[in-house]
Amino acid sequence: MPLLDIKNLSVEFTTRAGTFRAVDGIDLTVEEGEVVGIVGESGSGKSVTSLAVMGLIPDPGRVVADRLSFAGRDLRTLSRGQRRALTGKDVAMVFQEPMTSLNPCFTVGFQLMESLKAHEGLSGRALKRRAIELLEQVGIPAPESRLSAFPHQLSGGMNQRVMIAIAIACNPRLLIADEPTTALDVTIQKQILDLLVQLQKERGMALILITHDMGVVAETAHRVAVMYAGQVVETRAARDLFERPQHPYTGALLDALPERALGRRRLPTIPGVVPGIADRPEGCLFNPRCRFAQADCRRLRPPLFPDPEGLARCYYPLGGDMWGAPA
Amino acid sequence: MTDAVVLEAKDLRKHYAVRRGLFKPAALVRALDGVSFRLEAGKTLAVVGESGCGKSTLARAVTMIEPPTAGQLLYDGRDVVGRSAAEMRELRRTVQMVFQNPYGSLNPRKTVGAILAEPLVVNTKTPKAERRERALAMMARVGLRRDQIDRYPHMFSGGQRQRIAIARALMLNPRVVVADEPVSALDVSIQAQVLNLMMDLQEELGLAYLFISHDLSVVRHIADAVMVMYLGRPVEHGPKDVVFARPRHPYTRILLAATPRVNPELRAERVVPKGELPSPLNPPPGCPFHRRCPHARENCAVDVPALRDVDGRLVACHYAEEMAV
Repeated sequence: MPLLDIKNLSVEFTTRAGTFRAVDGIDLTVEEGEVVGIVGESGSGKSVTSLAVMGLIPDPGRVVADRLSFAGRDLRTLSRGQRRALTGKDVAMVFQEPMTSLNPCFTVGFQLMESLKAHEGLSGRALKRRAIELLEQVGIPAPESRLSAFPHQLSGGMNQRVMIAIAIACNPRLLIADEPTTALDVTIQKQILDLLVQLQKERGMALILITHDMGVVAETAHRVAVMYAGQVVETRAARDLFERPQHPYTGALLDALPERALGRRRLPTIPGVVPGIADRPEGCLFNPRCRFAQADCRRLRPPLFPDPEGLARCYYPLGGDMWGAPA
Repeated sequence: MTDAVVLEAKDLRKHYAVRRGLFKPAALVRALDGVSFRLEAGKTLAVVGESGCGKSTLARAVTMIEPPTAGQLLYDGRDVVGRSAAEMRELRRTVQMVFQNPYGSLNPRKTVGAILAEPLVVNTKTPKAERRERALAMMARVGLRRDQIDRYPHMFSGGQRQRIAIARALMLNPRVVVADEPVSALDVSIQAQVLNLMMDLQEELGLAYLFISHDLSVVRHIADAVMVMYLGRPVEHGPKDVVFARPRHPYTRILLAATPRVNPELRAERVVPKGELPSPLNPPPGCPFHRRCPHARENCAVDVPALRDVDGRLVACHYAEEMAV
């Protein structure tokens, strides 16, 4: 049984302009100890998916799913108290901007010890010892003295380490990291990613890594889900995805990377933009921007077709010939 | 047009005095500490480095937003230091800037037409009708439609806004464009569109770019020459192919290794950078990089390495020759 099992999850926001589906029927499973990358451009619904799992979708938003379970427990029917007991303990999250997600009015130590108090019932010396131990684990030098530091006294990289320390404080079974390194410099990014992977291996923790950076996913994730306009359009093992992408969107995204264009002056681009609230096209959501779109792509919305290595939401996957015509 | 040096910086320095409280003496931040380069028409010099390395201070100095503390800045051989206000105004037209965040750099209360006409209003006596014509022509050039001229910035996507920002920078026919992280706020597919546009415009107009970025894969694509900076100083500076293929400074090597790669074959051996960037208020003695450097030896903590020519590029490391290629 997968640790996290999501089936047909949708998140809707009702606005004056009508109902907007930020997440549109996605399936996602995460096994114990697995690193799953979710990639997509802004507005593809990757962050909203993770917020739905965490139960953090604010009020006008509606979360519907056929199945949304964590370690066999149905997340849809949890009471507030049960949800609080789960969030921060078994499922934890690291957000993008360490500077804004830590409370500037409290010391780093206070914020770290808060969750240890709430979930582990630690107090006094044991609490402080555990807090120092955690700061040490995430590679913060002189951890004792840092407990009394405020977030503004630390650098962005150090704050992100504190965030990670808070997230792993109660030994979560699943850690969701939403763009954990986007605000950081490359050398610090490398340190933080290495730290996440090392913690994930040591603790057998599952990790969902949400990012727009293909390189980060390629180096870190075991399995990748590519999102476009609220849907998962392709999912497969990371190595296969980057070697043999099947969905034209994945292929086009990879082609647009400067890394892949060595020697060529012009980068291949994807015409147009991600569809917004009002202009979701009929048929395949990617068809107006797709080089390979046929008449039926403009009429029918494709389901996820299985192929020998994964799933792709496309009638004419890039490597279609290799596997014969889709069913 | 090529081989014409439009901009030359000689030993450019910018120091700031920072007050640290009532009783402590003011500290001196050497935000820019001896930067020299030449920029030719139609070429791109990329400036690479992490936060606090002086990239943005360099941009402010080159665009004449702030005068340098010391050193020379020559446009077409004319030094900008010590010019009269009228001459400065004239000189400033030769260099324009594109900022990182197109959501913040465009006035939300102005239409695209007004945004594009503004440089002409401020700097020239172009009549109104002609300003509009020029704005329309520039919009076509950067790939915006004519009928979008009366729209406001919020009606555009991030990529289109960056096109507007580029168009605005080109309204005065500058020869140098300073682009400070112009694509790092954009999604991958949009980033490719903007990079292509920038390269097309460079070819058409013979623009020289000072391209500031932390993304080495973008730099590798667009640049002709690269300057890697650390704590206000260039540590390695040379033609792109030389620097990327055979980096000689340990910091360049770490930056390259830390850049995430999609292609597993391109991934360098894992050199995990240690430590944090030092505070520019209190830079380490000797080589500024020695505390984070995996190859540091005793004298690195004492002697400041000078920038010198090694293997076709300039590098500031005592042991540049020994860096295995």
